[in-house]
Amino acid sequence: MIEISGVSLTLGGSGILNDVNLTVPKGGVTALVGPNGAGKSSLLSLIARLQPLQSGRITVDGLAVDTTPSRELAKVMAILRQDPGVASRLRVAELVGFGRFPHHRGRLTAQDREIVAASLEQFDLGDLSLRFIDTLSGGQRQRALVAMTFCQGTDYILLDEPLNNLDMFHARNLMRTLRRIGDEHGKTVLIVLHDINHAAAHADRIVAMKDGAVVASGDTEAIIRPDVLESIFGFPMLVERVAGRLAVLHHT
Amino acid sequence: MTAATIGRPGFAFQAIAIATLAALFVGSLFVGVTNLSIRSLVSDPEALRLVMVSRLPRTLAALLAGSALAIAGLVMQTLARNRFVEPATAGTAQSAALGILVVTLVWPNAALGWKAAGAAATALAGTSLFLMLAHRLPPTQPFLVALFGLVYGGVIGAVATFLAWRLDLLQYVEVWMTGEFSGILRGRYELLWVAGALVALALWTADRLTILSMGRDASIGLGLNYAGVLRFGLVIVSAVTALIVVVVGTIPFVGLVVPNIVSRFAGENLRHTLPWVAGGGAALVLACDMIGRLIRFPYEVPVGTVLGVVGAVLFLILLLGRNRND
Repeated sequence: MIEISGVSLTLGGSGILNDVNLTVPKGGVTALVGPNGAGKSSLLSLIARLQPLQSGRITVDGLAVDTTPSRELAKVMAILRQDPGVASRLRVAELVGFGRFPHHRGRLTAQDREIVAASLEQFDLGDLSLRFIDTLSGGQRQRALVAMTFCQGTDYILLDEPLNNLDMFHARNLMRTLRRIGDEHGKTVLIVLHDINHAAAHADRIVAMKDGAVVASGDTEAIIRPDVLESIFGFPMLVERVAGRLAVLHHT
Repeated sequence: MTAATIGRPGFAFQAIAIATLAALFVGSLFVGVTNLSIRSLVSDPEALRLVMVSRLPRTLAALLAGSALAIAGLVMQTLARNRFVEPATAGTAQSAALGILVVTLVWPNAALGWKAAGAAATALAGTSLFLMLAHRLPPTQPFLVALFGLVYGGVIGAVATFLAWRLDLLQYVEVWMTGEFSGILRGRYELLWVAGALVALALWTADRLTILSMGRDASIGLGLNYAGVLRFGLVIVSAVTALIVVVVGTIPFVGLVVPNIVSRFAGENLRHTLPWVAGGGAALVLACDMIGRLIRFPYEVPVGTVLGVVGAVLFLILLLGRNRND
């Protein structure tokens, strides 16, 4: 469970988050949606202790993120930022392997290697494993970073717009993988998404943010409704059921 | 290939590299004004004394300084997250020279070790300030950081030169600014073993330095003590540079070209590449010192000057090759 209470954030004099209270239950996929500048990425950074907490309290699995040693948190939660800017000239397999660092803090064990190999396979990186990441396309790089995050093997996974740069095949693949680890392994996935249809198709719960506050939160069915979506995004859109699935027509 | 063996040059390549370094080492023992042969080492005690007092210390100094310079360059590039900075030009060496100047002023008869300590302290301050300022520059403009480093190093170097000029110590500054091994004798280079120990320490923390190079967010996400490793890297860069400036003087380009060449071929997983960077730096400095001894035989050209030319050429080749390949 991720518990956020009374969290506010001010950067450079402007308020980014304003008294955010939120509970993300353990297990399953929770999508964080909202317009640009709503504070989604900032909230994720605070949960992942990438930014110091200014006020309020955040716990992940009962561990306070501002007082628990970072190396302990790294075994509980993994974060992938929107643009981590990893510029080092590492091979894909090496990069993914560093996802195991919190566990061994030294050499990869045989078990670590198996996890790395499985992760490479999972994200369709087998053929690329010996390539340097600075020679990859944006989407291939993104997949390598996601694979590294998965490799960390944590119960909580935070992803900030991981579908960026991914083609339809790999975007769907990633979302289905998240869905599966949420179902089968009981992991908790908190994911910032811009494509509301991916949220509608794969998330158990949706949390909507606007202007630095949580404006709606609940089961996917309860949020994917024309009136709720309009209040979040500020324009009317159609919500239809196609072959039994929710589809949001926001681009017409 | 498994994940454990990727990115490692083959055994044959390793053997060739070690043989080359060994050949340079032995060659360096026999190149000099006084003619030496292997037979004279056995028959002539004077020849053996020459080797033990002068040639061997000089060769070891070049070996230690070369590997330490290359590693310091690599660590500095990791800290600055920029491939085009090195301690010799971006203010570390200049701050160290300023530090020795200050120690010389307040305590003219200070032992070499104290001068090195003073130099390390100012180098640490100078490099920390450089990194603080460099981290504010946009990461999308890598050459801006490099240029800023040159200006920054130039300004500190100018301050040191001005001070020295006012105090009539210019000839000393000249000695620290131009790296040279001709004055190295037994008893005059041993501080470099400390630099060698720091290199070993860097090898030991290779994984942490690699993660550091992936950036702040990724480092913290993996549970690395980001600030701690950053400080550790700063100490390595500053101490190594100060020791080399005190004992040998400033040697340019080693910290720049060697890590870049290794990165081109083997990447930047430091666990695998650090030994290559250290060996490459040692080979480059040894070779350039031998060139300096031979080019105007029987006179010597300082190794710093030789590397100014050789290093610049290598760097240009790297820059041009980069555009072609990528």
